[in-house]
Amino acid sequence: MNRFGYIRPTEVSQAVEALAADREAKIIAGGTNLVDLMKYNVERPSSIIDISKLPLDTIEETEGGGLRIGALVTNSTVAYDERVQARWPMLSSALLAGATGQLRNAATTGGNLLQRTRCYYFYDTGTPCNKREPGTGCPAIGGVNRIHAILGASDDCVATHPSDMCVAMAALEAEVLVEGPGGSRRIPMADFHRLPGDTPQHDTTLAADELIVAVELPPAGFPEHYTYLKLRDRLSYAFALVSVAVGLKMDGDTIQIARIALGGVAHKPWRVRGAEEALEGTAAAPADCAKAANLLLDGARGLKDNAFKIELARRAIVRAIGQAVAATPQSQIDKRIA
Amino acid sequence: MTTTTQARGETDIAITLTVNGQKHKLDVAPWVSLLDLLRERLDLTGTKKGCDHGQCGACTVIVDGERINSCLVLAVTRDGAEVTTVEGLSEDGGDALHPMQQAFVDHDAFQCGYCTPGQLMSAVALTKAGRTGSRDEIRELMSGNLCRCGAYPNIVDAIEEVAQGSRGDKEPAQ
Amino acid sequence: MATAPNPIGEPVNRIDGPLKVTGEARYAAEFTPPNLTHGYVVTSAVARGRIIGFDLAAARSFPGVIEVFTHENRPNTAWLDLKYKDQTAPPGHPFRPLHDEHILYSGQPIALVVADSFEAARDAAALVRAQIEPSGHATDIHHAKERAYKPPVGRAGFAGAPSPRGNADKAFAAAPIQVEAEYSVAIEHHNPMEPHATTVQWNADGSLDIHDKIQGVTNSQGYVAGVFGLSKDKVRVATPFVGGAFGSGLRPQYQLFLAVMASLALERSVRVVLTRDQMWTHVYRPHTLQTVKLGAREDGTLTAIKHDAIAGTSTFEDHQEVVVNWSGMLYHCDNVSLSHKLARLDTYTPSDMRAPGGALGVFALESAMDELAHAANVDPIELRLRNYSLEDENENKRFSSKALRACYERGAAAIDWSRREPQPRRSRDGRELAGMGMATGVWEARSNVATVRIVLDTDGKLKVSTASADIGTGTYTILAQIAGETLGLPVDDITVKLGDSDFPFAPIEGGSMTAATVGNAVRLAGEAMQDDLFKHAAKIKDGPFTKLSKDDVVFADGRIEVKADRGTGLSYGEILKARGLDRLEAKKTSTPPMLKKLKYVGYTHSAIFAEVRVDEELGQVRVIRLVIAAAAGRILNAQTARSQIMGAAVMAVGKTLEEETMTDNRIGRFMNHNLAEYHVPVNADIGDIEVLFVEEDDALSPIDVKGIGEVGIVGTGAAIANAVFNATGKRVRDLPITIDKLL
Repeated sequence: MNRFGYIRPTEVSQAVEALAADREAKIIAGGTNLVDLMKYNVERPSSIIDISKLPLDTIEETEGGGLRIGALVTNSTVAYDERVQARWPMLSSALLAGATGQLRNAATTGGNLLQRTRCYYFYDTGTPCNKREPGTGCPAIGGVNRIHAILGASDDCVATHPSDMCVAMAALEAEVLVEGPGGSRRIPMADFHRLPGDTPQHDTTLAADELIVAVELPPAGFPEHYTYLKLRDRLSYAFALVSVAVGLKMDGDTIQIARIALGGVAHKPWRVRGAEEALEGTAAAPADCAKAANLLLDGARGLKDNAFKIELARRAIVRAIGQAVAATPQSQIDKRIA
Repeated sequence: MTTTTQARGETDIAITLTVNGQKHKLDVAPWVSLLDLLRERLDLTGTKKGCDHGQCGACTVIVDGERINSCLVLAVTRDGAEVTTVEGLSEDGGDALHPMQQAFVDHDAFQCGYCTPGQLMSAVALTKAGRTGSRDEIRELMSGNLCRCGAYPNIVDAIEEVAQGSRGDKEPAQ
Repeated sequence: MATAPNPIGEPVNRIDGPLKVTGEARYAAEFTPPNLTHGYVVTSAVARGRIIGFDLAAARSFPGVIEVFTHENRPNTAWLDLKYKDQTAPPGHPFRPLHDEHILYSGQPIALVVADSFEAARDAAALVRAQIEPSGHATDIHHAKERAYKPPVGRAGFAGAPSPRGNADKAFAAAPIQVEAEYSVAIEHHNPMEPHATTVQWNADGSLDIHDKIQGVTNSQGYVAGVFGLSKDKVRVATPFVGGAFGSGLRPQYQLFLAVMASLALERSVRVVLTRDQMWTHVYRPHTLQTVKLGAREDGTLTAIKHDAIAGTSTFEDHQEVVVNWSGMLYHCDNVSLSHKLARLDTYTPSDMRAPGGALGVFALESAMDELAHAANVDPIELRLRNYSLEDENENKRFSSKALRACYERGAAAIDWSRREPQPRRSRDGRELAGMGMATGVWEARSNVATVRIVLDTDGKLKVSTASADIGTGTYTILAQIAGETLGLPVDDITVKLGDSDFPFAPIEGGSMTAATVGNAVRLAGEAMQDDLFKHAAKIKDGPFTKLSKDDVVFADGRIEVKADRGTGLSYGEILKARGLDRLEAKKTSTPPMLKKLKYVGYTHSAIFAEVRVDEELGQVRVIRLVIAAAAGRILNAQTARSQIMGAAVMAVGKTLEEETMTDNRIGRFMNHNLAEYHVPVNADIGDIEVLFVEEDDALSPIDVKGIGEVGIVGTGAAIANAVFNATGKRVRDLPITIDKLL
């Protein structure tokens, strides 16, 4: 760790001011990722802005029937919230598929959105990394890349976003509410995370002086037909090789609305609207599911160690659609895949 | 804004922590983890450092009623918190073991003992939260505590016994 | 004769349990001498090369830093590298930390920052800059195997591959059934939960009190004395608790050197704890490539066995394990050819990890046996019975005991083997394919030399002490049970003290030898004390034993009682007091039975049964049940013994399905050096595990004890892989069996 200053604001505006005053400062909430990265010297902030005393720790229903989750609400609180479990169960399931009880108790909603990649090279300051030190190169390409991206990667970065929560939020079309010096704005999940391109140091479209204050879930939560299916290298406490969030609105056997997002495959939760449209109006026959999978994985490219993820994702998408259609969502306790 | 320290680290921050019922007023640098504070400053070495990165659970303590990894917490960010460590588990602070500690001994739910305090803190919090409905649920929710000696089945047995006792569950096992 | 309320075999709770569940048990990094300083290690990111220079200005001027040690300013140490050899060093030149400018592997320690707080040392270490000129490195065994060599000097205490018998090539060519396959097991890192750590307390008289994570304090003591030229009486190593080791603590690791070096140079107490990442900068289980050829008659009877292995080692030491010998002793076969070679890599020297060699070689052999069973259409248990061997044909010696047939029977019954579909892919459980597999496990039952002291006091309490260790194995408890049974004392009246070099000598706790070795020394000491006690008792004027011989009394409940009149007797305390003694002491040494070993070999055997579920589409494997039936002589404590086998089985699940250290060979560096990306099993991975013991009398061990710390991981990987084959029809010969290999 470097030596850094410590700031503990009590109002959102103070936090935003502190961010604006020092672009090298970092927000700390649960600390589960930032402290981890600081100990590895991957993050070396000039100051940390401790927002734990800000009033951002409540879950409130919105007028339109949605849910506003404060940035400081922990992953556990969201996962076990009765409203979330009843009306947005995919989000609860995704949260419970991620990390561990201890981590979920500390990790916050805002922090989860800003989780950084698990790329081995990003974490190892003994190696180059464009995300950590722009311009130094990407040794993961041609190196050890089992957990890396098969979609949307660039010649500069093949990292993946490791969150489970964000995958469900992408499928649910949540919006991120942020405050900046110029006021507040809403960022749709689809636009919140970005692809690496030639600036992989930027994970999101959040400006350096903006603070996440909440996430808003729209009313449509797909409480009957949903799943969060996660495949990983051990049965718990591992990041996804591939995960699939599916939410469907069905009329009888017919899918009216489909939302699918993939995790573990790209620099952001991966959605392809065309794939969802390919399912809408169908009864999810095998050919329909295959078509959706093909569209989601269009352009997928494998590296030495991760090429298998293309076929794995294809199968997982089909299985997950089946789970959602049958209203037999994947349990995060029973390890049999439904 | 109640606290600011811009001195790039030359100033400690005054915090208060209640650890195992005892109130401590401490001046702590912001780069000190709760885990290191417990072990190095308060000599509460029951809480273990296994990975220092939230990947093993050996450092699990209960803070304000919730189990967390103390290695990923900067102590200054938990000013005012109540912390329970394995040293504070036994009721009344006496010599008698907490039922979970006794169950771990009775079921041989540890070997080398290094992950044990973390397992116990996790198990106690889990049982209190009532998320011990089945062996599968215990297994999943205890997966944040690695045990390299491989005592997992015995850990599940121990937790099941205590959880059933605390629920007053007299129904025979299915 | 003696009787005790907690006799041998009983599932007595660990006597060190209360200390461990309350946090009172202190491990190597948890002793805090006054004025303690903290060391933090800086490592090389280059795999091979030369240090050109350092920039230490920022680190040196960091608040709290006391000194930064590198090879340029380290104090002088022993010149002869012989002095760096520890009790278990393989042939070669031991690694000497901070010795010179040469970089031998990625992760090599190149500097130690010492500061007045842990945080200052940690944070200053990030500021150390080293300029390293790289030279070519080789870390890929698939390239290095072309230059594989037979180690010129064998490792002490380890049998090399035996000479061939018969003509394996000819018999294989003529065999109607042939199985030929290549197997690979990835690099594994031990990853005990306690990271390697050393606390050195520097005393004003120049002596050191050291708490070191080690499987035998005498090994650290000897190493420190040798390297730093200190007399052993100035070096005390005391480590009462070890947070797991699994072989990683057999040899002193580099943090011991660094902590002692800094302590002597600064004349301060120093603690050095490795980070979890740095647990990938020393020992590991080597990547091992194997080829097995089995030739058999139509009925599965073996006619030829060929087993060749190539394992990685470092450029400076020839680490050797017994990988292939198992194929010459587990089954009867007249034509056998075995070889074991090493490939030099620019890595640290591998070291023993739980059942070194056995966990690798028996995986290959027992997978091949399953392939043979399938090819010959013979039930896998029946195949093994048809090839059952009554003697170790490598050595032409009889087994001291071998209740393996009973293990097969009892294990098969416990898992209900009759449910198994002989042909793969025939059994489903819902969506999943179901499979059952089995294998044989075996591990050497050895013993060593160790000394134990026991002291009885006037309250009738007994203290047992030896420098041996309890790394989670249950040593504390079984020694109390043996002492208790020998002297007729309840376990509650016995204190066991371990892990201190001031105690009588014991070697490292490794090779599953401690129970048989130290346990026997306790028994010998107990018997000597019985004799002594009775002699004293018989001399008590007007006492009850004046006209009796030892055969006329019993030692029970802390008393000597007259056999014919159990109400008549004296407590041990009364005897001591009557004789004016404040204590009675016995000290005995156990040695291996050399004469009997001319005739017998000792092995622990097991039969392992695995039941899996495989989601074929998505490649997910679940091990829902393991049954291990072990013939391990007499079981000293049913509870801790079961835990040993169970724990090894859990490690086998990791080894078979999850654990893999991944190397970027372009830079010669292990990349997944953390517990998030190196997957050891978690609770959710582990299904039901049933452990059965078939008790044996043994011709070699005077207390009929065979070690059980390692056998549980031997063959278990094969049983799981064989079950995966039975479920899916896919034979994965390359561990771990991850999702991608089943798609």
